[in-house]
Amino acid sequence: MKSRKPSIPYIIWMVIFTMIPIIMIGYTAFTDKNGNFSLEPFANAFFYTGVFMKSLWIALISTAICLLLAYPLAYIITKMRHSTQNTVIMLMMIPMWMNFLLRIYAWVTLLQDNGPIDMLLSMLGIHATYIGNTGAVVLGMVYEYLPFMVLPIYTVMSKIDGGLIEAAQDLGSNSLAVFRKVIFPLSIPGVISGITMVFVPSASTFLVSQYLGGTDDIMIGDIIDKIFWTDQNTGSAISLILMVFIFVFLILMNFFGDEEAIA
Amino acid sequence: MKRTISIILAVLMTASFAACFSGCGNSSSAGEVNVYNWGEYISNGEDDLMDVIDEFESETGIKVNYTTYETNEELYNMLKNSNVSYDVIIPSDYMISKLIEEDMLLELDFDNIPNYDNIMDRFKKLDCDPEGKYTVCYSWGVTAIIYDKTKVSKKPTSWDALWDESLKGQILQFNNSRDAMAIAMQLCGINPANCTKEDVDKAAEKLAQQKPLLKKYVMDQVFTEMEKSQAAIAPYYAGDVVTMMDANENLDYAMPEDGANLFYDAMCIPKCSKNKENAEKFINFMQKPEVAAENCKYLNYATPNQGAYDEYLDEDMKQSELIFPSDEYLDKCYVFTNVPDDVYAYMQEQFVKIQAE
Repeated sequence: MKSRKPSIPYIIWMVIFTMIPIIMIGYTAFTDKNGNFSLEPFANAFFYTGVFMKSLWIALISTAICLLLAYPLAYIITKMRHSTQNTVIMLMMIPMWMNFLLRIYAWVTLLQDNGPIDMLLSMLGIHATYIGNTGAVVLGMVYEYLPFMVLPIYTVMSKIDGGLIEAAQDLGSNSLAVFRKVIFPLSIPGVISGITMVFVPSASTFLVSQYLGGTDDIMIGDIIDKIFWTDQNTGSAISLILMVFIFVFLILMNFFGDEEAIA
Repeated sequence: MKRTISIILAVLMTASFAACFSGCGNSSSAGEVNVYNWGEYISNGEDDLMDVIDEFESETGIKVNYTTYETNEELYNMLKNSNVSYDVIIPSDYMISKLIEEDMLLELDFDNIPNYDNIMDRFKKLDCDPEGKYTVCYSWGVTAIIYDKTKVSKKPTSWDALWDESLKGQILQFNNSRDAMAIAMQLCGINPANCTKEDVDKAAEKLAQQKPLLKKYVMDQVFTEMEKSQAAIAPYYAGDVVTMMDANENLDYAMPEDGANLFYDAMCIPKCSKNKENAEKFINFMQKPEVAAENCKYLNYATPNQGAYDEYLDEDMKQSELIFPSDEYLDKCYVFTNVPDDVYAYMQEQFVKIQAE
């Protein structure tokens, strides 16, 4: 019992700000306006299946692109001199000191009609609209969450014991084999936490789509926000379904991760 | 057991902390007034205008605790669900109806508000407060069309222009069920002031037809969209239309011939007030002609104060039919007040569904 004392503040915190809200959402999701048990909120929630799937899809694509970009980058950074590593990581972090909304505004300015990108490409004879579509939303998400993918992968990779790599080389592995048999398996935990840290927020955010998307790019977070104004029950039901989906996704990720680490 | 108690204690402590932070619940000794207003909704000394709160404090010695909210719903939730004490609030028309209906406002003592005489007759007995017992109008305006002259060749005369196929992909619409539905209802020949669920269905269908033509549903984003020439046409509130036109000379306004939504915000004293006299002093101060004029210049929204209009406003502003529409035009406008809760909920749901399709 004594050893658990230091954790009490955290437990209290969790109870107040995590457990109680979740219980309240659960309770609201299973009741109607008059507080009676009802499954109607879930029936209502079905209407938004299309938006739901599209949100998960956008989140999945963004996560995949982040992973594709971040993994080589993290690997390259670990190969650099130690002082350079710190500088590069610092440079990755600096944009994150600025407010999220301001950075999205910057993208609006960059992508808008007659904005810098449009002007530049017009000079080459390419005319198009770069904002107000799903592509712009994915771009915004990738920009926003890339550091959350790079950092955990980099941290795990830089901790890999150089001795293991030397041992593999001594045993005759070429650099491809070293990567495949040593570095990649050992970096999996970083990949897993990176995916988690990118997928979960991008599935539920709505700011990016509000600013960079068009009328068809509404995300489930936006629906929840709007529906809550007048119908907390349906709003809670959608939130609960989203939570379940994310939870299942995380379990799958962990399962996959463990297996890889063992193999 | 011990743990349960400590958890309960912690919850109680947090709750009482939260109450303190959110509403200065126990800070109502004499000589204070707690004002709860919209953000950026009072002249604050910028642009050589009066710092109204400062001025009030130095004139009366009453300390103003000033806090702000973003939406009428936020104001309502604060009054309803937390242990707060505000003395002056400035909700919009439909929220005032709701507050009166739920008996959450105090009757004003107009003997303490002599400047009430300055209010124009049209704004004395508001639709939401037909007997004029609870409210002193603060500002008002109409909805209007803003358009880019380089993209729209003919000055629009009706909300119809927002359904113009030739402007596909360049039209904006309110991202707010109440305003968007009202526009659609007007086009369907329905008076939004007393709409039913069937009317909402018709309006929803009209809005669904508009969706493929739209660039976006916007609220505050309308400023960047229009000022940076990213969109051709949008509906918005008159005061903000003026602000946008100041920023981009290609922009112009149009007022639908059939009228538009007349909206207003009014000062009220909620039941939780503990400084009613000071609140009345504050309301009275706000209706001094020179103070009302400063607020009007700061907001770009019209003032209901005749004295301010006659003596303190620039000709430019007075002549603007957008800020101060003619009486004939105002007679054609409707006030969107007494929509029953269930119709409003239905309206919101239908609007979300249009966006989700």
